[in-house]
Formats: sequence, structure tokens, C-alpha cells
Amino acid sequence: MRFAFSDQQLEFAAAVRDLLASCCTPAHVRECWDNETGHSPERWRQLADMGVVGMTVPEAHGGLGMNELDWVLVLEETGRAALPEPIVETVAVGAPMLAEFGPTELADRWLPAIAAGDVIVAVQHQGKPYLAAAGYADLLLLASGNEMHAVPRADVRLVEEQTSVDGARRLFGVDWHRTPGTLIAGGEGGYRTINASFDRGALGAAAQLIGLADRMLEMTVAYAKEREQFGAPIGSFQAVKHHLADALLAVEFARPVVYRAAFSLATGGADRSRDVSMAKAYASDAASAVSKVALQCHGAIGYTVEYDLHLFMKRAWALASSWGDAAWHRERVAMAVLGPVPGALPVEPDPDPLGETLA
Amino acid sequence: MDLTWSDSEAAFRAECRAWLEANVPASPLPSGDTADGFALHLEWERKLFDARWAVVSWPAAYGGRDATLWEWLIFEEEYYRVGAPQRVTQNGIFLLAPTIFEFGTQEQQDHYLPRMASAEDLWCQGWSEPNAGSDLANVRSKAVRDDAAGGWRLTGQKTWTTRGAFCTHLFGLFRTDPDSERHKGLTYFLVPLDADGVTVRGFGRLDGDEGFAEVFLEDAFVPDANVLGGVDEGWGVAMATTGSERGLTLRSPGRFTAAAARLVDLYRRHGHGAAPSSREAVVQAWMDAEAYQLYTLQDVTRIVDGEAVGARSSLNKLWWSELDVRLHEAALGLLGPRGELIDASPGSVDAGSWMKGFEFALAGPIYAGTNEIQRNVVAERVLGLPRAKGGR
Repeated sequence: MRFAFSDQQLEFAAAVRDLLASCCTPAHVRECWDNETGHSPERWRQLADMGVVGMTVPEAHGGLGMNELDWVLVLEETGRAALPEPIVETVAVGAPMLAEFGPTELADRWLPAIAAGDVIVAVQHQGKPYLAAAGYADLLLLASGNEMHAVPRADVRLVEEQTSVDGARRLFGVDWHRTPGTLIAGGEGGYRTINASFDRGALGAAAQLIGLADRMLEMTVAYAKEREQFGAPIGSFQAVKHHLADALLAVEFARPVVYRAAFSLATGGADRSRDVSMAKAYASDAASAVSKVALQCHGAIGYTVEYDLHLFMKRAWALASSWGDAAWHRERVAMAVLGPVPGALPVEPDPDPLGETLA
Repeated sequence: MDLTWSDSEAAFRAECRAWLEANVPASPLPSGDTADGFALHLEWERKLFDARWAVVSWPAAYGGRDATLWEWLIFEEEYYRVGAPQRVTQNGIFLLAPTIFEFGTQEQQDHYLPRMASAEDLWCQGWSEPNAGSDLANVRSKAVRDDAAGGWRLTGQKTWTTRGAFCTHLFGLFRTDPDSERHKGLTYFLVPLDADGVTVRGFGRLDGDEGFAEVFLEDAFVPDANVLGGVDEGWGVAMATTGSERGLTLRSPGRFTAAAARLVDLYRRHGHGAAPSSREAVVQAWMDAEAYQLYTLQDVTRIVDGEAVGARSSLNKLWWSELDVRLHEAALGLLGPRGELIDASPGSVDAGSWMKGFEFALAGPIYAGTNEIQRNVVAERVLGLPRAKGGR
């Protein structure tokens, strides 16, 4: 038993934190609110050069061959920086999906290009009908029934551009047609692909939410130490202290739940989907709670767009309800732990629980 | 990271489980916070001691098994899983003992620890006074030097002392420097309750048990050998004890994961027609217990690596005490109109243990430093926020 990360895992995450501290400042995030795509190609290149973009691509395809335990802290760092790019989609979901479930031709075609930073991935699934980053992604991973397809963006039509509360997130619907050449997996394998990818996406979002929550708390503690009212720092008042203590409690107890889910996925644990759902439920709840505390303790300044807090809050709101919200994931834990509602009529096992519940 | 148990840990678990399943009383004992129940619990404690399960993490010389912290967690998990009796010795073995291991002289360790493990000496805690609850540094009970007799004369009143009426000894803080204020000038004393000048009066708690006591001291003599740590240095010694109380040694996760498992069982029996919000409360309570378990595994890894938990133990206390209340609320929510039925009332479920447990859980956010104090500690000592002008 040892519940801690290796020095190598910690060092990689720290290096990513340092890189993002210089190339993904709040000013940079604002640029993505204002530019045409919501994307910085230079930053993606830097992340690829460091190995972040290809970290889950197998070594044979030019990546680092890392697993969920290796990336969970890195994804947390991308949350802390409110990185706009689709790192969850590309690193947590896309590359492992192609490597684990895709036919050789697709893996050979796409994985080296992902590792090199030349291909960005956007993902659609039943809980997430709109594709983030599809406007500049090169490869779209699209679900249709029990099939998962890898489709070049050039072959689809983006429709219904949506406006997110988070200005750095550009969401699209997609109009496309299945072809045999794009099939990653179908039938039983398709369900396994879809479910495994959903769990990875939910874990990736949970890790980012922990980073976002931590960042908002850190900003708020710093502000509460500095801001004076009634002749004293507002952080010396108990009402403010208790808000912030509750925020820390939420983050610190969500954290090991998220890390355990990474362990369960990395080791193929029997309860991995339940563990991921616990992680997403806690992380969504923690980030939502911390965002409210952060705004309240900042007062009116936090309510302005000039102040940076809203950049992080809005990302947290978007991610909290993406990849299944807290209530959906709690119910998935309930099905695993409690079973169906006692006395309810027995129902046939649902072959596509995500589709039924989330569509 | 490796969240699996080793073969030797699995073997330790199997050994705990086998002994406990063979020896735990078939039907639950009456509350150990009543006179009759306490006596029955003492028999159980002595049985545990004879089989060397009373203090698994202690050295063998004092009755333990030199178990690792991981093994201790496993023992606790198995202990609560089989529904073994509450530990009426807990204030000694979990709160005082770590302090004696840290601050006690060799003589004190050799004298007190074996007698504590065997439940010969039964310890209660003498922190609170009528005017020193959350504000522990406001202690007024005093110790006056008696050079001729080679010791100290204690005078004052301690209160809300759990199981004080059934115990043999008290550990507590007394003011040795009459000119001192707040946390200075306090000394940590080990006091036999049969000393001349000590009077103990039991009184009832909200849950109906007479588990509280007040302890009156009037010129009660204790020798120098009964000072734990240095004279006038009691605050630092006491803080080590409160760290244990808030943190993991008093409330291991096994207690809550076992309670959560019982809640799941209750849901299966009584969840028919439960509102969706009740189902959600049940699963959240189960998750909260699981989260406490995971948080603890992370903390124990840090301790094994040599890091101090320090003020973070206040986060522990906030979590387990508030999860315990929510867990029992979820249970009472499932019981609906039968939730209020207690003891052997004909309609009661599980002998009314959920209401009793709820009442007990409600004490959690109060004892060991109220949760308001814990939130201040977290804010000031973990987050580094400034102290208020003029104290609280």
C-alpha cells in the first residue's frame, strides 16, 4: 500500500506547471477568448515539444506510452492554468482510444502525428453532444450508436456553432457519415471503446476541475490576506475564514478520490467505472463550491470581467457539467453500490447506459 | 502508487478477522457509557488484551504486536466490520498513550502503558472546565507547589468528562504559574481519581446515557512523577493529544466504512419507495466514508514517509464528524416515521440504533474542539490567513 505519486510523475507535473505559468497566463487565456479559434498553435507546439501532447501515445508510435496515473497530475496542471486546448480529448481520450481499440491502419496513421503535435483531436460522446475545439481539431472521434469512428475534420461539416459561457470554449455540432475506413470499433468492442473512453474523459475533466478549484482557492486566499476592510484584512474575519476552510476541505477530500480513480483505470480495476464516477462527482462538486466561495470572498471585484477569477469559474462550470455532471455520476455509483431502487420492477440490463441516460 | 495490500498484510487481516469473528459477543453489549454497560465492556477489553489485540500498534513489551500503521488500519477496519463493541479504553490508548510515548519518561512509560493496555487503569480526559470549552487556554484549575511533599496540590473543576464516573485516572491541564495567562504556565498532570480531595459526579447526556462527569479537585495531592512533559510546558504536550483526537487515531476510517455498509444494508431493507433524494443521501454518505478512507491512506503514506500531519488533522476532524451526522440523517430519512422509535419500542428498527447513533454523531462537531475552532485552525495554520485582532 502506498498512496503517493512517484518522483518522476511529480517532476513531470511540476515541469508542465512551469511551462504553463509562462505560456498560459490569464492574459493568454483572454487572448483565446478574443481570437478566432480559441486556440494558440504556438502553445500546442510547446506542449508537444515537452512530450505532453504525446504522453499517452505508445512509444512505438513516437510517444511516451504513459497511463492514467502518469497523466492525472499533468491534467490537473492544465486545469490550474485553465488551458483552453483539448488536452482531455487528445491525451486522455483520443490517443489511448486509437492505441487500445483502433485497427493498425488507423493507429499508424494518426498516433505518430498526434505525438508530433501535428494532429489535434476533438471527441464527441453521448454525454457531450457538442465538440469542443472542433473548429481547429484535425481529427474528430465520433460516436454513432455502438460504433466509434476516427474522421478527418476535412470530411465533416461543422454545424450549429454554440456559444459557451466560457469564451475560450468553441463548441460545434457535426454533420457526418460513417464509412468503413474510419471505424475504430463496433459491436461489443464498440461499447467497450465508448465506455472506456467515457471513463477516461470523465477522469480527465475531474483532474482539471481539481486544478481549477485549487487555483481559485489560491487566488482567493491571497486576496483575503491583502484586501482590507474595517481596518483589517478580510481574511482575519471568521465568516471569511470558514468559507475558505470549507473550500479547502472540499478540494482536499476530492483529490485522493480522483487519484484513486486514476489508479483504478491504470490497473484495470473491476470497480474502475464506479471509482471514476466518484471522482467526477467530487471534483464537480468541489469546483462548483469553491467557485462560489471564491466569488463571495472577492466581493464585487470578482464580479468584474477585468478581474481574472471569472476565467477559471466559467471553465469550472463548463467542465462540471461535461462528461456527466455530479448527479449523473452519483447515480452511477448508486447503481454500483446500492443496486436499483428496492422494489422497482426488474429491468433488462441496458447495453448502452450512457446513451440512455445522457442523450 | 500501489493501492493493494501485501501478502503479509492480507495474512494479518485474515488473522484479525478469524479471532474477532470467533470472539465478538453474539449480541451487542449495552452502551459502555452506562454503569452496567461499562462493566461488560471491561470484560471485553480484558479479553482483547489477553489475546494481544487491545493495542496492536504498541511494542510487545507493553502488550502490543508492534503492528505497522497500515496493520493498525486493517485491524480497525476488521474490528468495526464485525460490529465489535465500542472501545471504552479509547481515551487512554488512543489519546493519552501517544502523548506518553512522545513525552513520558521511561518510568512513566513502563508504569502506565501496560496498565492502560490491560484496562487496569482507565483514563478520562480533563480538558474542559465550565469556562474553558473551545477556549481551552482559559483553564483556571490550578496546581500549587508542595515542596515538603514533593509534588503539587490541585484545585479546580473539570467537566463534560466522558465516562469520568467509571474511570480510575484523569489526564488534564492545570495552571502551575499563577501569574501566567492563556497557554503559558500550564502543566499536564496524570491524576488518580481516588486521591484525597477528588470528587466525581456523573450526569446525563443528550442521548440518555450517564456518560458525562464533572470532577472537583480540592487540594488533591499528586507527586512530581505525575507530571507529563515539563512544568509550565503543558500546552505543547496537550496539543499533541488533541492532534491525535482530531486526527486518525481516535477515528479510523474503518468505523465509518462499516457504518456506511450498514446504511447500504438498511437501504436494501427499507429503501422501498424512498424518495430520489433519500437514495442520493445514502450514496453520498457511502462515498463520503470511502473518501475518508482514501484521504487516510494518503495521510498514512505521508506519515510513513516522515511528514508531520500537524494542523491538517483539523481537516480530518471536520470530515469525519460531519460525514457521521449526514450518514445518520440519511438512515433516519429511510426510516421515516419509525426513525423516532428507540430501544425496544415494538416498531423500532435495529433496536433504535440509528437514532442513538445520530445523537452520538451530533456530539462529533462539538468535542475535540468544536468545528468552528477547527475551521479557524485550518484557515490560519493551513491556509495562512491572519489571526483576528483581539483574539476571536
